[in-house]
Amino acid sequence: MVYVSGAPGAVTVSLTVNGKPQTLSVAPSTTVLDLLRERLHLTGTKKGCDQGQCGACTVLIDGRRVNSCLQLAVMNDGREITTIEGLGAPGGLHPMQEAFVAHDAFQCGYCTPGQICSAVALLKEGRARTRAEIRELMSGNLCRCGAYTNIVDAVEAVMGAGASQEAAE
Amino acid sequence: MMNFSYARAESVGEAIAAVSGDPHARYIAGGTNLVDLMKYDVERPGRLVDITRLPLREIAATAGGGIRIGALVPNSDLAYDARVERDYPLLASAILAGASAQLRNAATTGGNLLQRTRCYYFYDVGAPCNKRAPGSGCGAIGGVNRIHAILGASESCIATHPSDMCVALAALEAVVHVAGPGGERTIAFEDFHRLPGDRPEADNTLRHGELITAVELPAPRFGPHHTYLKLRDRLSYAFALVSVAAGLELEGDTIRDARVALGGVAHKPWRVPEAETLLRGQKPSREAFGAAAERLLQGARGQGDNDFKIELARRAVVRALEQAAAATPQRQSDKSIN
Ligand SMILES: Cc1cc2nc3c(=O)[nH]c(=O)nc-3n(C[C@H](O)[C@H](O)[C@H](O)COP(=O)(O)OP(=O)(O)OC[C@H]3O[C@@H](n4cnc5c(N)ncnc54)[C@H](O)[C@@H]3O)c2cc1C
Ligand code: SF4
Ligand code: FES
Ligand code: FES
Repeated sequence: MVYVSGAPGAVTVSLTVNGKPQTLSVAPSTTVLDLLRERLHLTGTKKGCDQGQCGACTVLIDGRRVNSCLQLAVMNDGREITTIEGLGAPGGLHPMQEAFVAHDAFQCGYCTPGQICSAVALLKEGRARTRAEIRELMSGNLCRCGAYTNIVDAVEAVMGAGASQEAAE
Repeated sequence: MMNFSYARAESVGEAIAAVSGDPHARYIAGGTNLVDLMKYDVERPGRLVDITRLPLREIAATAGGGIRIGALVPNSDLAYDARVERDYPLLASAILAGASAQLRNAATTGGNLLQRTRCYYFYDVGAPCNKRAPGSGCGAIGGVNRIHAILGASESCIATHPSDMCVALAALEAVVHVAGPGGERTIAFEDFHRLPGDRPEADNTLRHGELITAVELPAPRFGPHHTYLKLRDRLSYAFALVSVAAGLELEGDTIRDARVALGGVAHKPWRVPEAETLLRGQKPSREAFGAAAERLLQGARGQGDNDFKIELARRAVVRALEQAAAATPQRQSDKSIN
């Protein structure tokens, strides 16, 4: 077992971020959130509380939603990270991004990247069927503007579209 | 955050050797509690030993008809495991009552047992706290203590254990498997967490360097007669003020046996075997449940801000036992309590 010291740049991590391989030298204390924002300049992922309490920093790691502020980069060596930038961009938006626009599911937008990453994972998990279940399983994403009603509308719309697509297949 | 050195363990033996040989070393699993506390300098490990690549991710059937849950099984995978949903819905429900979907994806079975209190003074390195800095005093006694203990507290510490999952594990009489420098041992769940006494710095009976390898559950017993009822300041993504895990073994309409554990009220999940005995041979009724609640809360004492917890807990026990008897467990997405 090899120890690495705590110094900045002490450890090399290799990650795939939005499909692109990245190799970086970091300190063991560097979080995935800080690596994304400060080193890769992917500032779509937001820092709200830095404590796991708000969900603004939600990204997908190997397809699962997690709070990137509580993830040490070094522990995620070899993993695949998807951020809001990787879901879609103007001209080619992800259906969830389109639904958030269509349903006016934000005001200031600060929580939105986390909400959308979380909602994409929620659909993949397949555990929410009702509005009450969407609300419960999206509770890890706070919205200080209180856009919750429209957020649930957006998620429900994409969920419904997926369900009717399945039925048609 | 203080600087620390980091190592990734490739085997259980390697991990144990690395931590037990260094008093400042700590294991890290999901990191959802440890990283948070390190950011506040509440925890200041000199080295972290990453155990996430160890092969402790299985949920396996045991010879006794139960299951053995690997220490690294994420909370979400455990709650959604088909066997757990079918045989231990009380456990699944308690897990889903806690934290958020994101946190449950990262949090592990072992880490959940070892999460530390959410006492505000424990988190504030500028405040006195016997748990964080032994001998410095307790900020919560005579301070702000809405979330604190009403049972089993001491003159040194009135903190509560914040886990939901552990409340269900107490009612299910889980056994914790650990491996350490001296070999392997098992710890009954009731002996795993401890009361603060005059050593509040010790949350549990694990020794330095010991690694939780698994949590084992005995064969399922309650069928549909269970519930996890959690009461808190907001309807989701908040720690319990009071919670109840209840399971009943019914024969016709007679209670053959019962298990009740309370969360949010003490330094460990709170069980009183005499309260469970009181229920044996009884028919489900408000009176019988009230008597059990009375016994569970015997000796309860408020600290000022948390006085309300005593009556809240009493009523929550009665309601939870009614839900268990009627086989109508609280659904965690349902915010009305029936
Ligand atoms: C905002 C927020 C809200 C939350 N809400 C709730 C809630 O409502 N209910 C609830 O129950 N929980 C809640 N949690 C807590 C969460 O459940 C715990 O943080 C989580 O279970 C800890 O697991 P982990 O694997 O991330 O532990 P880590 O942070 O990795 O470790 C925690 C401790 O356990 C030790 N450790 C880990 N694994 C082992 C092992 N196998 N053997 C020996 N030592 C080990 C570490 O050294 C460390 O001391 C919340 C957390 C946050 C941040
Ligand atoms: S209640 Fe316990 S954890 Fe909180 S300040 Fe007092 S000693 Fe510290
Ligand atoms: S910034 Fe990570 S949860 Fe708030
Ligand atoms: S849109 Fe402002 S915080 Fe959600």
